[in-house]
Amino acid sequence: MINYLGRDVPDYVEGYGKVKHYLGAFKTVPEGTAYGPPIKAASPRRSKFYPNLTDLFKGLGLKSGMTFSFHHHLRNGDQVVNMVLDTAAKLGLNDLAVSLTAAFPTHAPMIGHIKSGVVTSLRTSGVYGPLAAAISGGVLPKPVIFHSHGGRPRSLKSGELKVDVAIIAAPTADDRGNLSGAVGKSACGSLGYAFGDADHATHVVAVTDNLVDYPLLPASIGQNKVDHVVLVESLGDPQGIVSGTTKVTKDPVGLVIADLAAKAIKASGLLKNGFSFQTGAGGASLAAAHYVGQMMREAKVKGSFALGGITGYMVDMLEEGLFGNLYDVQSFDLESVRSMSRNPNHVEVSADLYANPFNSGCLVNDLDAVILGATEIDIDFNVNAITGSDGVLMGAAGGHPDTAAGAKMTVIVATLLRSRLPIVVDRVITATTPGETVDVLVTEYGLAVNPSRPDLKDRFVKAGLTVKDIHELKRLAEDLAGVPEKLTFDGPIVALVEYRDGTIIDTVRAAGQ
Amino acid sequence: MKSVKRVAQAGTLESSDIMIIVEPGTNGLRVDLESIVEKQYGQAIRKTITDTLKTLGITDLNVKAIDKGALDYAIRARLVTALSRADIVQRREDQP
Repeated sequence: MINYLGRDVPDYVEGYGKVKHYLGAFKTVPEGTAYGPPIKAASPRRSKFYPNLTDLFKGLGLKSGMTFSFHHHLRNGDQVVNMVLDTAAKLGLNDLAVSLTAAFPTHAPMIGHIKSGVVTSLRTSGVYGPLAAAISGGVLPKPVIFHSHGGRPRSLKSGELKVDVAIIAAPTADDRGNLSGAVGKSACGSLGYAFGDADHATHVVAVTDNLVDYPLLPASIGQNKVDHVVLVESLGDPQGIVSGTTKVTKDPVGLVIADLAAKAIKASGLLKNGFSFQTGAGGASLAAAHYVGQMMREAKVKGSFALGGITGYMVDMLEEGLFGNLYDVQSFDLESVRSMSRNPNHVEVSADLYANPFNSGCLVNDLDAVILGATEIDIDFNVNAITGSDGVLMGAAGGHPDTAAGAKMTVIVATLLRSRLPIVVDRVITATTPGETVDVLVTEYGLAVNPSRPDLKDRFVKAGLTVKDIHELKRLAEDLAGVPEKLTFDGPIVALVEYRDGTIIDTVRAAGQ
Repeated sequence: MKSVKRVAQAGTLESSDIMIIVEPGTNGLRVDLESIVEKQYGQAIRKTITDTLKTLGITDLNVKAIDKGALDYAIRARLVTALSRADIVQRREDQP
């Protein structure tokens, strides 16, 4: 049927089942009670320790058809997913469901496990690299489910996602299952995405390459939640886990966009004491944070908190006193990893606290402003964050739909053209974030305001900012680049885009070779 | 019949640029295009190249183009530069 956003989503999808249709950003409400895992017991002298993954699989009697979950704090340095799936394959397991909070080029070996039937389904917030192209080509027998960072803890709580084995990559652990990401050769900082798995999985397994004497303190996940501890030689490549320093862009176009985005935040009236803010780690987003910081300094504004994936840049703002607190669900660089141990007001948070729409209050609801990217945005302000202009999977929903829904002002930053392709289109190929939760688009040719926010438009005009209609930006892009050939996608459904409330907002059809 | 006598090249493989190689041809205008926006703009790019060549009165030429999302004016500029390096069109500095 044609859903609330005008997207064609079937009522039933093979390999998924009956579809719960998207009804609007705040229309679907939860029902029933939370799902719980089996009640556990650990006797005083029973060891949790396994010297390797093969012993773990045999010891727990892990079987075909089970659901394994992983988190992506090790990003493109991760080898834990590959190790675990290799072990499963070696032991003859198949038909596994994988929940991996985001997949990177390092996870390309999963393609082999999919082709051989070891892995048959995947839930993720985003896929980068060869695995993305393979999924777009239809390699998986069941459609991939794309969720947001807040949608995932919701599905753990509701029992839509039941995890048999949660694999937690732990840069440091003791043999009783106290875990920390703050230290160790594979240190990654926050373990926030894995907290929900530790609460809900039948078997909670810590995989570590740095086993320390009991007790490990402070622990970010405690021994009361971890059932088993496995020692491996290495969790992965530290170079891929954290970047050295995240730098502000020097690209002049990116700086123009960042400057305008920061001016829009100032003009909105939100930039006052108690200001709260989230921005991505991308060059232009970070540059916007730089300009916002300058404005806070000049106006002597003391911000309340910054949220999200945390970079060294946000740490500098914290230590300078521009913000009182950092909430960290994922630490992007070495500086943010170090800061978490050093700064008591730099706090590790779960994905549930960060963004779950179905709890008693997630942090995104308290955001004043968020700056986000887009692969496409349409004239109704719907944003595509997961497929490229060719319809091939290439990005992540991540916290995009969550922060957009929560923040008082959601700003999308994008260049008007990306390699000739207009970013403003009539209709995004894939809707990941609904237009009703997006307020402003900032490009190098000016900004456009969602007609639902005449108050913001008023303020921007009064502040002398270049305000354009979104249709005008689209025409401008097409004048420069020409009108692109319209692509149609009528192949099989390879993925479903789940909105944060658990409804299906859109489908992704096969694309690419 | 108007063509070039030697192979010449202009442009880069940077994002939003196009690399164009022209070489002597005897069999009309042949455009071999590889583009990251083939699906959306492949035909438009071919048309820009052949239209530019026709305007210059060139009838026989093999063009190899590797496009990274260049806009029309960049495509025309790279093509004309390649042609000037092959001495088929006058270099700007030699123009009156």
